[in-house]
Amino acid sequence: MSSRKSKSNNLIQAEYLSQAQRILRERFCHQSPHSNLFGVQVQYKHLIELLKRTAIHGESNSVLIIGPRGSGKTMLINHALKELMEVEEVSENVLQVHLNGLLQINDKIALKEITRQLNLENVVGDKVFGSFAENLSFLLEALKKGDRTSSCPVIFILDEFDLFAHHKNQTLLYNLFDISQSAQTPVAIIGLTCRLSLSEDRNVRDVLQKHFNVSKSLRSLHTLLMLALNRVTPSHPFMTAADLMEANQLCSMDSKANIVHGLSVLEICLIIAMKHLNDIYEEEPFNFQMVYNEFQKFVQRKAHSVYNFEKPVVMKAFEHLQQLELIRPMERTSVNAQREYQLMKLLLDNTQIMNALQKYPNCPTDVRQWATSSLSWL
Amino acid sequence: MAYRPTRLRTRQTYSWIGKPLDRKLHYQTYKEMSVKIEGRLPEIDLQVGQFVLIEGDDDENPYVAKLVELFEDDSEPYSKKRARVQWFIRFCEVPVCKQHLLGRKPDAQEIFWYDYPACNSNINAETIIGHVQVVALAPDEVIPMDLKNEKTFFVKLSWNEKKFKPLPPELFAQLDKLQEGNPRCQKSMEAKTKSTESPSWTTAEHVVKRIESRHSTSKSRQTPSHPVTPRARKRLELSSFPRTHNTRISQQASWASLESPGRMKRKVAFSEITSPSKRSQPDGPQNSSAALKTPEKAGEIQQCWAEDDKKASPDGCMILRTRVPALKMTETSEERTFTPVRGGQKSLVVPSVILKPENIKKREAKEPVQDEATSTPRCRIRRKSSLLTLNRIRQQLRFLGNSKTDQEDEEFLPVAEISDSDSEEEEASTPPLPRRTPSSVSRNLRSSMKSSLQTPSKTPKKTPEPRTPRHATPRIRSRNLAAQEPANVLEEARLRLHVSAVPASLPCREQEFQDIYNFVESKLLDHTGGCMYISGVPGTGKTATVHEVIRCLQQASQANDVPPFQYIEVNGMKLTEPHQVYVQILQKLTGHRATAHHAAELLAKRFRTRGSSQETTVLLVDELDLLWTQKQDVMYNLFDWPTHKEARLVVLTIANTMDLPERIMMNRVSSRLGLTRMSFQPYTHSQLQQILVSRLKHLKAFEDDAIQLVARKVAALSGDARRCLDICRRATEICEFSCQKPDSPGLVTTAHLLEAVEEMFSSSYITAIKNSSVLEQSFLRAILAEFRRSGLEEATFQQVYTQHVALCRMEGLPYPTMSETMAVCSHLGSCRLLLVEPSRNDLLLRVRLNVSQDDVLYALKEE
Repeated sequence: MSSRKSKSNNLIQAEYLSQAQRILRERFCHQSPHSNLFGVQVQYKHLIELLKRTAIHGESNSVLIIGPRGSGKTMLINHALKELMEVEEVSENVLQVHLNGLLQINDKIALKEITRQLNLENVVGDKVFGSFAENLSFLLEALKKGDRTSSCPVIFILDEFDLFAHHKNQTLLYNLFDISQSAQTPVAIIGLTCRLSLSEDRNVRDVLQKHFNVSKSLRSLHTLLMLALNRVTPSHPFMTAADLMEANQLCSMDSKANIVHGLSVLEICLIIAMKHLNDIYEEEPFNFQMVYNEFQKFVQRKAHSVYNFEKPVVMKAFEHLQQLELIRPMERTSVNAQREYQLMKLLLDNTQIMNALQKYPNCPTDVRQWATSSLSWL
Repeated sequence: MAYRPTRLRTRQTYSWIGKPLDRKLHYQTYKEMSVKIEGRLPEIDLQVGQFVLIEGDDDENPYVAKLVELFEDDSEPYSKKRARVQWFIRFCEVPVCKQHLLGRKPDAQEIFWYDYPACNSNINAETIIGHVQVVALAPDEVIPMDLKNEKTFFVKLSWNEKKFKPLPPELFAQLDKLQEGNPRCQKSMEAKTKSTESPSWTTAEHVVKRIESRHSTSKSRQTPSHPVTPRARKRLELSSFPRTHNTRISQQASWASLESPGRMKRKVAFSEITSPSKRSQPDGPQNSSAALKTPEKAGEIQQCWAEDDKKASPDGCMILRTRVPALKMTETSEERTFTPVRGGQKSLVVPSVILKPENIKKREAKEPVQDEATSTPRCRIRRKSSLLTLNRIRQQLRFLGNSKTDQEDEEFLPVAEISDSDSEEEEASTPPLPRRTPSSVSRNLRSSMKSSLQTPSKTPKKTPEPRTPRHATPRIRSRNLAAQEPANVLEEARLRLHVSAVPASLPCREQEFQDIYNFVESKLLDHTGGCMYISGVPGTGKTATVHEVIRCLQQASQANDVPPFQYIEVNGMKLTEPHQVYVQILQKLTGHRATAHHAAELLAKRFRTRGSSQETTVLLVDELDLLWTQKQDVMYNLFDWPTHKEARLVVLTIANTMDLPERIMMNRVSSRLGLTRMSFQPYTHSQLQQILVSRLKHLKAFEDDAIQLVARKVAALSGDARRCLDICRRATEICEFSCQKPDSPGLVTTAHLLEAVEEMFSSSYITAIKNSSVLEQSFLRAILAEFRRSGLEEATFQQVYTQHVALCRMEGLPYPTMSETMAVCSHLGSCRLLLVEPSRNDLLLRVRLNVSQDDVLYALKEE
């Protein structure tokens, strides 16, 4: 009886757990605009005041929101826009244009996108949207027509702002800022960028008045929590510190060390040989023949621990390491170059190799010893 | 442009008709003149009182005028045949800066009585191109949208270079009368047409006879009240047909002025009826009302029906309808030939006679009957100019004009019955929107448009295409709620401090203002041209000063202190490509659109030859350095045009660098730019202070010390007035933000301004480093340690990593894995705190600091 009850309890619990997991996952994966803002309240207030002034008073403004990736720039602006649109006197009064430097890769595309988002193409109707020049003058004319008090303010949101600064002559940026600085249609230009300084902006005057700095990435935290969350089961209903530790380990896993774990003993031996060569020659590049010689020396000393492979087999193992990009040729491989003498560099650090060897399963002791010191076989 | 050679080959001879009315020494007045074109028939008759087209510098828009007097003046050296005219002016000829005075969009084909006595009205008679029709309308009347007849113009207002006025009543009456004409001329006209029928027209004549016999029944119904016999009339129409479209128009124009009012009315009635009858669906009420007006009309209507019956007869109907588009095409192609020759050449062609003879013959040989049948009604459709009926038929006409091609398409249909609903639907789908003015379309384009529109119509089902005005003026929609006015002192201050606020005066630039003003004014007064180069770093008031100068000069010209001038502004940054500057200038100058190449030609022609408009043009070129091209042809042209005496062009150029002419221009370009240079020095702190004070006049929002502080801070850095204003604006925000009582915010103090300055000039790098994560900070430390170790400013990632691990060990921290460190490195790289190679180089990628080592140390030490 009691076991049955507990079983059904278990079932219910499992359902609840999966539901909780689902909700949490959703929160981690999607930036919901409902979540609260932490740490950027001051900036938020500033931004919303500025947007309101554009919307209500028709004052042109420009803002550049700077912060590293994952620091909540987009969330900040989304929040601000959402709140702005909830203000009654604003919601009907504002046009928004969203541009992304990764999508609008040149001014021509950007102009078309602006026209589309402003619903101006209705005015032109079936008119074939001809040259770039026509587009530009068309849009400028449209924006010029307005004035502070009568036209609907336009909010331009330029994501990946730094990429717009790479466009030829920075035509788009110049014109947008020119509009914001002259008595035309009121605009608010909000740039989002992770680049700290737009030192390349020589033409566009430094009109970006406000800098925001938002700290540290939330996204990595989300990934971490996601991994920990996945470990929650009915038998293990609460996240513990151990879960988080494990998740952290997963997150901070060294991907190359992982590859080393999967290598054969021969390949490990080659890597150790390369490590010794690096030590001896101080990071100078090596070639296959040198590695092979080093390997031969080791095998001759400790013949019982490692089978003496034929040279072609060793060559094959060497090439496999190259495929895994653990070693890298110094120059491009040409067809007629002798592969044995091609100069290579190791892409593994000593600490990485040693760490990997510690965890390497069934590693012969001689090999391990050889790894710690090139002279250990003496 | 293939038509030009044909035209050039033809020669016209202008000869007087009749005896001189008045004979003085070297001066004889005539009443008529005929224009004969070699190898072409018939001659064109020009009479005093008619409206004519006169060759101008714009091929597509010849001048329109009324002939006042024809005379021969022996005292003139070359052209002895002279004419005195009363000019009409097209809207596009009105200076662009004054076009807004009209207060509405000009209608297509609208012209204005040019009431400007200073204008030379004595012209060479040999520049007359041909007839045209001009209709006077009351100012409130709507102009019928009739695109078919391009050569009909409408006059509503007069223009005296100052403003648009309605036509004085006596003038209106006079114009009205002119349209109706006098019968004497008509007779002579018909007589002449008869006499011009040469043997080459035999086929036509033959056909005419045949048709006449067929039509004898309908003919007999024609009213005997008309002075001409029906036979002659009919023949006249026929013989006139195979000439071009233009002949018809010009003839029509002359007829319109010649024919008696009664005749006119009949024509109009006809036009009203024929078009619906083509659709085999008479327009009931309209039709009957027209028919009831006069018995004469009824007769005409019957004739029309008789013709229609004939069309419906099995032998003619089908072929006849298919013929129409072909006809149409020839018409349009011939239309193109109508543009007058460029100035200088004497071969002034009356365009109507250009059609090649073989063309005519072919057409006649093929299906002469159809020509007649189809052309007649169309001819008549065009003959609508009577003011009495204009109002009633307006709707219909607009419809015809708009859906002309559609209508012709329907003639394709083998089915004779087309329901009226179809036409209604069409009417609904083609809203009476203002069409593009013909001046802005090249004729080639239009004809191609027509033909392209014709093709899809062959499908029996037409989809009504949404049509939009070609010249849609785009604008952002206006706001629903009015913008709020500033509520308190700080908001008001913010409004005034905004860069976009236009100050009433420009303090601290009086000297520069005076210099530019004097320069432009002297050029205006001397009727010459010139260049000026203005340089200065951003935010020193270059553009604002020039705008102010222009504004003052415009006021002065309104007060007649300086001659009127036309002002055009282009900005290098607002162009996609340097050559687009031609397009923009041309469009602002004349309202025409053209490709860059064509525009350059037109502008060069305009500025290098003596134009008709004697106004000076003032051209402001902002951001001149953007107009640089490899060949420097754009700059060359801009500076070359003013050197021509006829150009009367004053070019003011603005750029940032003082030595731009020496640095980027070739010698021949900078030499043309001349030595009139002016450079705007950055504002000093006292000037900046003065600017701020003048903006904040009578507004106590700032402490005096605060203003001085910001002025000094900015002057020490750049002297950019924009920056100064921005800082002040930001300070008001900080003040408002920090002040708890929103209704009575205090003054902006020095502290507020300092904060704003700090924000503006503080390095974002240092803040970024301070706020970065522990791992990022220790990675930066490792970089510094590695640089110090190696003595170089560059290290590979592997080296830095080793340092990093060592540092971590020293501090007793768990050292991060390679992958984590790599992520940190690329993160810092994306912030541009580091300059890194692409990460595929892995361990070997090289790392450099993008900030000075001292800055990093400083930022890290703060912890």
